[in-house]
Amino acid sequence: MPHWNPVPFAQQLLDLFAALLLLIVFAMLSQRRILTLIHLFALQGMILALSIADSAWLTHQPHLYYSAALTLGLKGVILPGLLRRLIGRLGVVWDVETLINIPTTMLLGIVLVIFAFNLALPIAHFSHTILRNTLGIALASVLLSFMMMITRNKAVPQVIGFLAMENGLFFAATSATYGMPMVVELGVALDVLVGMFIFGIFFFQIRDTFDSLDTRKMDHLGRD
Amino acid sequence: MSPALLTVSLILAGWLVLALGSLVLTADWSRRLVFPLCALLSMGLVVACLGHDHSSVDTGYWPIGLAGEVTPVRLDSLSCFFLILLGLVSAAVSLYGAGYFRDMSQTQPEALHRVTFFYPLFLASMGGVLVADGAYGFMVAWEVMALSSWFLVTLDHDVLAIRQAGFLYLLMAHLGALCLMVCFGWLAVNGDFDFSAMRQAHREAGSASVIFLLGLLGFGAKAGLLPLHVWLPEAHPAAPSPVSALMSGVMLKMALYGMLRLLFDLLGHPLWWWGVVLIVVGSLTALFGVLLAALQFDIKRLLAWSSVENLGLLFSGVGLTVLFHSAGQDTVAALALAALLYHALNHSFFKGLLFLASGSVLHATRERKMAKLGGLIRVMPWVAGVALIGTLSLAGLPPFNGFVSEWLMLQAYLLRPDFPQAWLDMTLPLGAAVLALVGALSGYAMVKFYGIVFLGQSRGLDVTMVHDAGYWERSAMLWLAAGCLLLGVLPNQVMGYLNGLTQTLLGPEGRVSVAHQGWLWLTPLSSQRASYSPLILLGLIAMGVLMTWWGVRRTFHGRYRRAPAWDCGYPAQTWRMQDSADGFGQPIKQIFEGIFGLSRVIPDPQDPAPHYHSEVHDPFWSILYKPLTHLLERSSDLLSRVMRARIALYLLYSFLTLLGLLALVTGSVP
Repeated sequence: MPHWNPVPFAQQLLDLFAALLLLIVFAMLSQRRILTLIHLFALQGMILALSIADSAWLTHQPHLYYSAALTLGLKGVILPGLLRRLIGRLGVVWDVETLINIPTTMLLGIVLVIFAFNLALPIAHFSHTILRNTLGIALASVLLSFMMMITRNKAVPQVIGFLAMENGLFFAATSATYGMPMVVELGVALDVLVGMFIFGIFFFQIRDTFDSLDTRKMDHLGRD
Repeated sequence: MSPALLTVSLILAGWLVLALGSLVLTADWSRRLVFPLCALLSMGLVVACLGHDHSSVDTGYWPIGLAGEVTPVRLDSLSCFFLILLGLVSAAVSLYGAGYFRDMSQTQPEALHRVTFFYPLFLASMGGVLVADGAYGFMVAWEVMALSSWFLVTLDHDVLAIRQAGFLYLLMAHLGALCLMVCFGWLAVNGDFDFSAMRQAHREAGSASVIFLLGLLGFGAKAGLLPLHVWLPEAHPAAPSPVSALMSGVMLKMALYGMLRLLFDLLGHPLWWWGVVLIVVGSLTALFGVLLAALQFDIKRLLAWSSVENLGLLFSGVGLTVLFHSAGQDTVAALALAALLYHALNHSFFKGLLFLASGSVLHATRERKMAKLGGLIRVMPWVAGVALIGTLSLAGLPPFNGFVSEWLMLQAYLLRPDFPQAWLDMTLPLGAAVLALVGALSGYAMVKFYGIVFLGQSRGLDVTMVHDAGYWERSAMLWLAAGCLLLGVLPNQVMGYLNGLTQTLLGPEGRVSVAHQGWLWLTPLSSQRASYSPLILLGLIAMGVLMTWWGVRRTFHGRYRRAPAWDCGYPAQTWRMQDSADGFGQPIKQIFEGIFGLSRVIPDPQDPAPHYHSEVHDPFWSILYKPLTHLLERSSDLLSRVMRARIALYLLYSFLTLLGLLALVTGSVP
């Protein structure tokens, strides 16, 4: 009988959150409705906040609690709220049409996850932190969100993909290290918020110029 | 920080304050305040730097910079000399500006506001280039200098030609700055970009040569060396005349300063073949510049081409200095260096003066084409008088300043010490020949400039409406004209000042004594070779004039009558019969036709209304720049096949790149 090495409860919890994050990214990849997409994004933000709080508990670093609270407030509540208001005002209620059909996307996604784990394996060997196998998941969610940006046509899902990618990066940062310095996190949080406003302005600009939020309409480089 | 450096820093800060202050004033008040105050600060700069001792080096820092860094600054004899040059010329140009922009406060208040903001900024940035003691500070000041002058060049941005000239200027300025950045990156020691660290470093000959070539490209683009000169004849005429005077007189010298700083201070031990490169490039530039200057029809364009010529001469002088210095002949190197610095100062004075004079002509007549001007000496006696001094100086005639420095440079060329490379001994006199030819041709160009614009009959322009320059303009031009004369008659004093400078750059041996025969004679090498006494010459000239005047007064009976001149049997004489700018340039055009592109329309002999037309092109456009743009277009055509302008596709590209790089990283980690 192999030696049973008991994994601490907090570590197990973190693995669970990581798995949930991956699941949510896959759900986002397959989701066609924008409103549900936003809800999934909000859920992702909340789970990210929980996982940060968990690693704070695990590593006894009180400043990570602030970071968790910030994440919860910004990515779980404010950004989804802003996005909802935005699509309400823009009147974007239609379903999302993807460039590649959903099953193919899912298959590609699986390939990406395998790639990401393969990538994370040597890095995880170097890492002495307790948060070892979460790195692969974090990388996978970054790549998957990137793919979501590629496969969507409309501007709003592309922006959600971008924000989800940022979530993945954040998760990678907290799992690979014991969280970033507070200053960096505050800076990143501010950047995301500012970026959100800029995206909001751009949505209106795009719609006014092209009568649509479909980025395919912008494919001319102003030549004709 | 020493008092001198502190004063200089405060003056630069004062210029910045003037620039910012002009924003809160009305356009007219900012013109009235900014320009005279700028002139005052310029004079302060001169006084502060003249008092600076040659052997002392003041260092300090400005508490500005990125992320708590400070900007090191330094005041040594080289920067002092160029600061004096900046101060002397900018004082005159600022005075001139106070009068020149008078009309604009009613007609174009917005444009005037731009001038009063960017003009002091331009001055401050040039000062910043001169005192910066680190690559960061230098590059920031260098770029501010390029951008602020760009805004001044494109003041009349409604005109398409000026926008195009501005674009070309911006492009070349950035190309040059790019080369400089790489150059400084190569110079940096372990990521330390301060000049003090660069001075200490020991360099291989190979890497030092790369640095030199990058520096030559970067500073050469600013100085207008062949083949990077194309922006200069476009941008200088496009700017308002005081700005052209400042750009031509001072800004181009910043390139010279940078080159000297790089060669003799940062790199330390220049190799002999760098000198050969500099002499060849400089001489070709000088010859090409003066040829094209002789063929221009536009007064400011003529002066701009003449600036190309002078910068070529200066850089060939730098090459000569490098050659002598690397051969260990520091005394002769000092002579060449002092001559070129002297010429830099002289060029600032007479070119500034001529640009200001042409500005007054332009202001009064609204005409830049020589074909329309003529006979202005009768309606603008003041401008014609000072322009005569400027043209004589530029043409290199004694007793004015242009002669002294060109003569000294010629002495250095003709010396021929024994070089280790025997062929250099034989080919160096060729440089002297080029110098002599350039001098003669610049005289030709100046005769054309002065003769067509100021002498003869008016070419169809109504001269009764033309007015002479105002008091501000007159005082500014008188200042520069007096400088031309004083620098010409007091060469020993100037050379005495420059001695200290050459010693700091070339070492203790690097001094040249010019007073072998007392203070009256300028004797660069020995009394057997050659000497020149401007004061005696001036005395002779004055005596000749006085005696002629006295003789005429004695013999002249005092009765005269006005009658038409004998018309040689041609009863109808019009202004069209006098020599035109085109006609005057004809011999040069014929002799050197192979060098530049020439398109000519010769009318048919039977044509009842014949119209002769010819145009001279800069051949570098067709040899170098057109093929380059073609190449660029072809490659961007190829690239556009990849760039299908779809956002999803772009994202896919970056995604695939990311995956590829990640795979690469995974492969390399064991």
